[in-house]
Amino acid sequence: MSEPAPAIWTHALTKHYGDTVAVDKLDLSVPPGEVFGLLGPNGAGKTTTILMLLGLSEPTAGRVRVVGLDPTRSAIDVKRRVGYVPDSVGFYNHLTGRENLQYTAALNGLDRTAGEQRAATLLKEVGLEERADEPVRVYSRGMKQRLGIADALIKNPDVLILDEPTVGLDPRGADHVLELVTRLATERGVAILLSSHLLGQVQAICNRIGIFVRGKMVASGTVDELAAQHGGRMTVEVEVAEQGADLRPVLEGIPDVVQISRDGDRWLVGVQHDVRRELATRLAAANLTVVHLRQRTEELGAIYRRYFREEEDGSSEH
Amino acid sequence: MAAPNTEARQDGRLAGLRQQAGRLGARVRRLLRRLPGADRLVPRARLAWAGLSRSSGGPRAGWRVVAAKEFGDNIGSIRFVILLVIIGLACVGAVVTAAGSLRDAATEASQTPSPFLLLFTFAPQDQTIPAFVALVAFLGPLLGIAFGFDAVNQERADGTLPRLISQPIYRDDVVNGKFVAGLATIGVTLVILVAVTSGVGILRLGITPSAGDVVRMLVYLVITLAYIGVWLAFAVLCSVLLRRAATAALAAISAWLVLTLFGSWLAGVISNVVGPDDAIGQARLEYTLSQVTPSGLYDASAAALLDPSVRSVGLLFAEQLDRAVPGTLPLSQSMLVVWPQLTALIAGCVVLFTAAYVAFLRQEIRA
Repeated sequence: MSEPAPAIWTHALTKHYGDTVAVDKLDLSVPPGEVFGLLGPNGAGKTTTILMLLGLSEPTAGRVRVVGLDPTRSAIDVKRRVGYVPDSVGFYNHLTGRENLQYTAALNGLDRTAGEQRAATLLKEVGLEERADEPVRVYSRGMKQRLGIADALIKNPDVLILDEPTVGLDPRGADHVLELVTRLATERGVAILLSSHLLGQVQAICNRIGIFVRGKMVASGTVDELAAQHGGRMTVEVEVAEQGADLRPVLEGIPDVVQISRDGDRWLVGVQHDVRRELATRLAAANLTVVHLRQRTEELGAIYRRYFREEEDGSSEH
Repeated sequence: MAAPNTEARQDGRLAGLRQQAGRLGARVRRLLRRLPGADRLVPRARLAWAGLSRSSGGPRAGWRVVAAKEFGDNIGSIRFVILLVIIGLACVGAVVTAAGSLRDAATEASQTPSPFLLLFTFAPQDQTIPAFVALVAFLGPLLGIAFGFDAVNQERADGTLPRLISQPIYRDDVVNGKFVAGLATIGVTLVILVAVTSGVGILRLGITPSAGDVVRMLVYLVITLAYIGVWLAFAVLCSVLLRRAATAALAAISAWLVLTLFGSWLAGVISNVVGPDDAIGQARLEYTLSQVTPSGLYDASAAALLDPSVRSVGLLFAEQLDRAVPGTLPLSQSMLVVWPQLTALIAGCVVLFTAAYVAFLRQEIRA
């Protein structure tokens, strides 16, 4: 018993639709409390994978375990413990948000009073209590998405699966949703799998990321690992309040710094891995006030784009 | 951050109405959930429906929750009100007309075995409005179509289907629950129709139904439910197979029009073209063909059930009636006369529902 059993685990999971391979030998493992981001372009097989995890679609080959169960055989038991927010989640438009949640509660075997209480608690948690008694018809997309999360939480799940949770949301709505997701993972220890084609959001809240292209997981790991795996360098932007100060001596003292350049008031530091903590400590020791310290995201973006380019090259060969 | 919701305010009155309807629906749902004995019945139903190779300990009754919600939606829907009013008015009109003519021929009426039942089957020659049974035979399928044509495809269109079946229920709970809810709604409608028309008829005619009449009416209700159930099952099948609710409605309505309006005409044409040369052979074929359509089966069953003096359905020759003593049949004998028709109606309903069920279970969930 060294590590907890993974909440989601797949081995060589494969799904064919006729001749097309939607998911190709996918290996995946998500422990409880982790937020795993499935990153890939549309049509990469993300939704197919999710449906197989829920037992809503049968794998052609390979094995799946969700909370230790086989979703194909124990579909009901798996569905009782896995919350799912589908891509562009829909609700019964003529019912209110509260009624929609109460229906889900009833489907999960909660009796009326328990269902009402649970719906009320969750509506509060996702910030919809004031609009709860309006029909869903008048909800915005962001509200529906939050209602979707509340809906998935009715069953108090061990695993939460979100398919493209931020599509079509304005930045504030997206932030709201992502913040909610992070809180669920840290406070409740829920294992979260979220699929997205938007790098920035996945990067911001996921512990680990899997890049998923044409049914294959081409890379996975933390953002740093991914960057390192691909010989990628990261760039850290630094700016200090003392504008004339020369940071070069301080920066050169840090191991793994391979490049130093300037961009106006900012210093750009090329590094092999994330050195922000050390950088900050050393600058502070040198009596410099850090006013800006940021790791540029372009590097992961470059990796992501590179995979997509490979994907395009691969398809052009046909 | 509750921004004032102008849209909601503008149709505040409509929202109020909807809320009332919703409250009624919720009350109905609550009542249904309290149905006695359902908890004991459900595990057995589970076994019968879906027990194969599935793990035990599912939630108490997924289909019952679905059915309760759908029934609430149906009852609170505008289409329920519209259909009830339209069919109700037509039926009341039919019964009032029939009652008027019957009263004129009061002596004649008093000799018939069940003057009360005549209210529903009698259409005066000089009037344009058909008899109650003919109206129900014609308009009834609309009820079935109305509560089935968007059962599954609307869930798909609204994106609620993935969410619904990712709840711990079996996939068949969805289609079972919706079908049961549709049948229940149709049942409620029929009971209301028969109750209102009976009341009007009693007032107009001044004749109260005998116990036998009431039993016959109840059996008639069940048959009507089976007849409309055929159309409900067909509409649900359309809603599974056709992705757009509008297409499904069109398909179901065109099938209804062809079979109900042109069914007998088609039977005539076909038997004329492909039938044997002799008139009797052609008539036989025509009758057989008419019995393929739900309305043909239903017309025959309703006629025999509501008129105790009907002793046979189908072709009758003069020599068969020779020296026959006119008389009335008890209910059991009436039912025996139309037993094949009853069985065929129920079988048609079951077959169509099974087709919808299987099609839904085999479908991929992705749109």
